[in-house]
Amino acid sequence: MSKQYETVIGLEIHVELATKTKIFCSCSTEFGGKPNTHTCPVCTGMPGSLPVLNKQVVEYAIAVGLATNCEITQYCKFDRKNYFYPDNPQNYQISQLYLPICRNGGIEIDTPSGKKTIGIREIHMEEDAGKLIHDEWEECSLVDFNRSGVPLIEIVSKPDMRSAEEVIAYVDKLRLIIQYLGASDCKLQEGSMRVDVNLSVRELGSKEFGTRTEMKNLNSYKAIARAIEAEKNRQIELLEEGKEVIQETRRWDDNKETSYSMRSKEDAHDYRYFPEPDLVPIVISDEWIENIRKRQPELREEKLKRYKEQFNIPDYDAKILTSSKKIADIFEATTAICNKPKKVSNWLMGETMRLMKEEGIEAEELSFSPENLAKLIELVEEGAINNSVAKEVFEIIFKEDIDPKKYVEEKGLKIVKDEGLLIKTIKEVIEENPKSVEDYRGGKKKAIGFLVGQTMKKMKGKADPSMINKILKELL
Amino acid sequence: MDITRLTAIELGKKIKSKEVGVVEAIKASLEKIEKYEQEFNCYVTIDKEGALKRGEEIQKLIDEGTLDSPLAGVPVAIKDNICTKGLRTTCSSKILSNFKPTYNAEAVINLEKAGAVIIGKTNMDEFAMGSTTETSAFGETKNPWNKEHVPGGSSGGSCAAVALEECFYALGSDTGGSIRQPSSFCGVVGIKPTYGTVSRYGLIAYGSSLDQIGPIARSVEDCANILEIISSFDVKDSTSIKREEYDFTSALVDDVKGMKIGIPTDYFKEGIDEEVKKAILKAAKTLEEKGAIVEEFELGLVDYAIYAYYVIASAEASSNLARFDGVKYGYRTKDYENLNDMYKRTRSEGFGTEVKRRIMLGSFVLSSGYYDAYYLKALKVKALIKEEFNKAFKKYDVILGPVAPTTAPKLGESLSDPIKMYLGDIYTVSINLAGLPAISVPCGIDSKGLPIGLQLIGDCFKEKNIIRAAYAYEKTRPYIRPTINI
Repeated sequence: MSKQYETVIGLEIHVELATKTKIFCSCSTEFGGKPNTHTCPVCTGMPGSLPVLNKQVVEYAIAVGLATNCEITQYCKFDRKNYFYPDNPQNYQISQLYLPICRNGGIEIDTPSGKKTIGIREIHMEEDAGKLIHDEWEECSLVDFNRSGVPLIEIVSKPDMRSAEEVIAYVDKLRLIIQYLGASDCKLQEGSMRVDVNLSVRELGSKEFGTRTEMKNLNSYKAIARAIEAEKNRQIELLEEGKEVIQETRRWDDNKETSYSMRSKEDAHDYRYFPEPDLVPIVISDEWIENIRKRQPELREEKLKRYKEQFNIPDYDAKILTSSKKIADIFEATTAICNKPKKVSNWLMGETMRLMKEEGIEAEELSFSPENLAKLIELVEEGAINNSVAKEVFEIIFKEDIDPKKYVEEKGLKIVKDEGLLIKTIKEVIEENPKSVEDYRGGKKKAIGFLVGQTMKKMKGKADPSMINKILKELL
Repeated sequence: MDITRLTAIELGKKIKSKEVGVVEAIKASLEKIEKYEQEFNCYVTIDKEGALKRGEEIQKLIDEGTLDSPLAGVPVAIKDNICTKGLRTTCSSKILSNFKPTYNAEAVINLEKAGAVIIGKTNMDEFAMGSTTETSAFGETKNPWNKEHVPGGSSGGSCAAVALEECFYALGSDTGGSIRQPSSFCGVVGIKPTYGTVSRYGLIAYGSSLDQIGPIARSVEDCANILEIISSFDVKDSTSIKREEYDFTSALVDDVKGMKIGIPTDYFKEGIDEEVKKAILKAAKTLEEKGAIVEEFELGLVDYAIYAYYVIASAEASSNLARFDGVKYGYRTKDYENLNDMYKRTRSEGFGTEVKRRIMLGSFVLSSGYYDAYYLKALKVKALIKEEFNKAFKKYDVILGPVAPTTAPKLGESLSDPIKMYLGDIYTVSINLAGLPAISVPCGIDSKGLPIGLQLIGDCFKEKNIIRAAYAYEKTRPYIRPTINI
């Protein structure tokens, strides 16, 4: 490669909002119901049915807009986007084109060369489509309208990103903001957050943008990073060969680590947008915006600062604790009960993270209660159990959310405080291991470790190792 | 006594006083239907069994004293674009020929609460697109006054059924004149209410920003009573308006003293039939004699309304009718290669010519590169027309004019020249563009023996003004029944 290239990336991110009911009817948005059970005449496009806007959708959209420094469009409207597809029961999607609810915002990300602002062109509200299931055996397609009418916001960035790292930093920051707002769980795997990557390349220093492609079907950060790398290389290769990049939509296949063309610009629909006549314009008063602003929960940056100040948590730890709203919530709730922020932090950063990795689960899926973690911390603090027992118990809390007090009691895991029993056991160990005793007395101080271990084994782990140590030293 | 000749209110009173039984009234209507349907084709579906069963239930409730609405037990016909639970609703289209809604339109719910008995679904222009009821997939309806003429449209079936006394009243829908024009052509009374007064939930949309359901009957009194029953604020329709009052019947007073009535001179320039013109001006004179202050004025922009209307209504229709695709309900073509082929064949076979014409027109004016020149411009014209009316209503309580430039044309005359047919809507479409209420009242019969309709237009939410004027006018001219030749 003789020339130097620059990658230019903009994102379109769809986020499913966490409302209980759909955007234009009162059907449930719950995921995973039997096909076509969360439906009504409105979300199945029956003749004569009419949409009624769910106000919560507007509130969430405004909340996200405020948190991403957008201007709120105080007179905004819905438009119809017309296209035929069986998952779209009306054959038009109610969306926003002319007056989207939020405009001209942006968020700051950290890059190796310092802070950088990624612009947000607009955020608009729209309805999701149903789901098509292709039945290969019957050679037919089936439609499930449970998802039809689930509220979405689409966040359109400016073409301000230059690398996969910047893209991940932007997506992650946005994801955290939205999660903290409670506006969505933002799960890439399940599709409650869908990232489409618009990418073009140009010679370094060029002012003109190259021809861009849009990449779809990116279900993880890894897939996003891989797809960006592959698409960048594909486009540069084309240019190096003297060929042209075609404006098109491509689909990423993460298993094959390659993409293929879905449709070119020539196949693009004319969506014939026009103002949705079944809905009245939304007028958003200053007062409404202020109310939402006042109700905004503490976002990550503020939390990070507060953890460091209030709990004296190191920067690195605070970042990890706030890296997911769920973990931050557990941290705060547990600390509120036991008032030991450092210990809580250690359990979350250590064992919790280890088990999450081992079990392959996301922070959002954590199911243990702060009450039980707090009880466990207290048991250790009281000296009722030792650390290795505590780790075993935590694993069960992590998986089954049991009450550690009851569990320790039932299983008889409490430390034995009976000094007579301990002395008797240690005497037995000394008698049974003359070699180690000799080594210790001969100056091999490390030999004591083996004797402690043997004692612990005989005590079935229910002893305090520091006490064993102390008694051993006295007896030897 | 021929029960079917009674007005809806008169029948309601007789049912209450036990002079007439509900089932007796239904049977009388069904007999008329039996007598005339073959010839006039007002109905797409007649629900004989359902009506008789419902009649017995209603009679019981009336006897128990739990139902005291003025229209309890009175048979009604519903235009076939208004959804009726379990009763086929076709929009007079092949594409919905097998469609049975699982829900009632809000207007139907309101009627049923008042004890109405639905006797059948009336014929119309396919998807309410047309001014003659000839575009129906179920054959044309004929004019009760002369079988060789059209009944008008699109609510032609409803208006003809009312004129033929096959029912006591009917519901229609009006997007550009579809209640008023056929009312005029059939010699009955019809009201298009202020946009947002009657819920559109369950009305199969043609032009969503223009559509309104309204009453059709043989007297102004009936229409005011029906309107009072079907109007409501409905949270299911975002364009429904919470009105300060839903009282229309208190306007039924024979007094127009001091009422200011304006006559737009622009309505009488060219294209209007001399006999129609004479009848309208005579009606104005009558109201003047009763004490109204009548004067002529320039309305402005009259000529632009039709073009703006056809752009806006067709644009909305092209999108509203997209859902009829053979996937979920309604007609699906028998043989197809793939999805796109299924869409194409279903819609090609399922829709008639006029519907296809408007879908194409609407798709064109919304397509990129044309949106600003057509659709956006039409919206601007719409706003300007509203301005013109606002100015006029600063001076007048009611605007008076014709419903249509001519009386009912002959069958087959209109479809060959759609532009001419569209131009016939000149006096009605601007009312929908401005969202205003208007009433059509019979005011004469031309030399061909066809009825002429007088249009009284009110400001938004001022239905009472037009009802009062129409009621006072009607008092000077008793209802004339058509002489029906089979």
